[in-house]
Amino acid sequence: MNWYGIKAIYIHEMERFRRTLFQSLASPIITTSLYFVVFGSAIGSRITEIDGINYGSYIVPGMIMLTILTQSISNASFAFYFPRFTNTIYEILAAPLSSFEIVLGFVGAAASKSLIIGCVIILTANFFVDVRIDHPLLMMFFLILTSITFALFGFIIGMYAEGFEGLQIIPILIITPLVFLGGSFYSINMLPEFWQKISLLNPVLYLISGFRYSFYEVSDVSLLTSTLTILTILIGCIIFITYTFSKGYRIKD
Amino acid sequence: MKNILEINNVTKFYKNSVKALENVNLNIKEGEIFALLGPNGAGKSTLINSICGIVNFNTGTIKINNMDIIKNYRTTRKITGIVPQELNLESFETVWNNVNYSRGLFGKKPDHNYIEKLLKQLSLWDKKDNKIKELSGGMKRRVLIAKALSHQPKLLFLDEPTASVDVELRKDMWDVVKKLNEDGVTIILTTHYIEEAEELSDRVAVINDGKIILVDEKDKLIKKLGEKTIKIELFEPIEKINGNLSKYNFTLDQTNKIISHTYNLNSNTTDITELLNDVKKDGYEIKDINTEQSSLEEIFIKLIKENNNELVRN
Repeated sequence: MNWYGIKAIYIHEMERFRRTLFQSLASPIITTSLYFVVFGSAIGSRITEIDGINYGSYIVPGMIMLTILTQSISNASFAFYFPRFTNTIYEILAAPLSSFEIVLGFVGAAASKSLIIGCVIILTANFFVDVRIDHPLLMMFFLILTSITFALFGFIIGMYAEGFEGLQIIPILIITPLVFLGGSFYSINMLPEFWQKISLLNPVLYLISGFRYSFYEVSDVSLLTSTLTILTILIGCIIFITYTFSKGYRIKD
Repeated sequence: MKNILEINNVTKFYKNSVKALENVNLNIKEGEIFALLGPNGAGKSTLINSICGIVNFNTGTIKINNMDIIKNYRTTRKITGIVPQELNLESFETVWNNVNYSRGLFGKKPDHNYIEKLLKQLSLWDKKDNKIKELSGGMKRRVLIAKALSHQPKLLFLDEPTASVDVELRKDMWDVVKKLNEDGVTIILTTHYIEEAEELSDRVAVINDGKIILVDEKDKLIKKLGEKTIKIELFEPIEKINGNLSKYNFTLDQTNKIISHTYNLNSNTTDITELLNDVKKDGYEIKDINTEQSSLEEIFIKLIKENNNELVRN
């Protein structure tokens, strides 16, 4: 293993995060605060509790998931697309690094950034509502696995994007709607039966549900299904990346 | 001297079926400076990028230090460095971070003393904390060289190292290249500037349309294909070349005082002593004699023209 190479990529990416620390942290803090104002106070005054949990507290796992998913994807996709855009990718391709090591460096950094932001959101949420974590290890398991999985997904976008617009299309048009419709701010039991069945087709629902279970022991679907879903997405991403790398990862032509 | 690089029957097609390299065979000796010459789109960069693992080639084998570059990519890449043609650098990073990052990528543990020495050698030390965007084009070129040397490679590829740099900096770069070679680094450079190849290289290859059309030692190449012109300035102007001189194909300049004869160094068709005797026999008094040898550039243009004509015929 080229550990120095992995470390170089990791530190290089984290350095970018440090340079833009204010934007990186201010954005999720402000967004989270706005969600609490809009959903927690305005709408929350009409929905007092879901499954016995105060509405403000209920939406915290969903908000964290929303941020983790979008941040993991955008961090990893940008991190890999940027050297392609500036042509500095030549150095990574010419270095004695395996595809696994390249992915480990980029995805590790993207997932780390998401985890830091996730922790900041939990702290921010504590200023507005009581946040209880019944199963901290399970919470960390979901948090880390989701960060890695969606960083891998972002890495794929970074490999395939043909422009900066391409980096935004999937997160905006697919991920954000899936998160909003995946029970971030409500329980699917509140929906009509037809829409409940439709919601079950949304993979993000399982992530949010499992993650919420680790906080309050309430969920829309079973914990096992949630775990299997995230593992399936993770394996899918790994297989896809391995396949793409074997074909020259679209940048070696 | 042993071969540090062996390229056998390498062919490369791009996805749009454009043939970039066709059955390229080339051996590079350890410790030499080798120049790869060719017009735009000839395949110079594709060849270098194939060796360095930046593009995949379709068929053939490439070996560095007798090791296949695909099977033993870790070992072979560790001793290889590349300076790309474009100024591909991360603008918002400092020189110091950029160079250390490169060293890390190539699997070498941090060595701040070596990087300091390297930056000093390339006159970059006082710019180490500057962001790349604050540097001039020439300085950026030096940073690229520093990055390529950060892991102490044995084989260095310079893809158009002095493209769009001023004359003074070009000379500086040449000094850097010579120094690196003295330190034991084998250097392969592609260039448009024939004078660069003439100044630096031990051997030269000419590539055109993805094919290597010639490989030879620079001096031999100039000798083999080079033409020489002898210019004889006379004291008195003459109206016409006749007498003994008519057999030499002399041309007369506008002042009617300088007669010129071009001959091939390799052909032995011109006996200079006899020529000068004939000038004397015809009663001309010589004021001055000057000879000019064809440059590598003229040879290069001639070769490419011949090759293109051959391609058209086929």
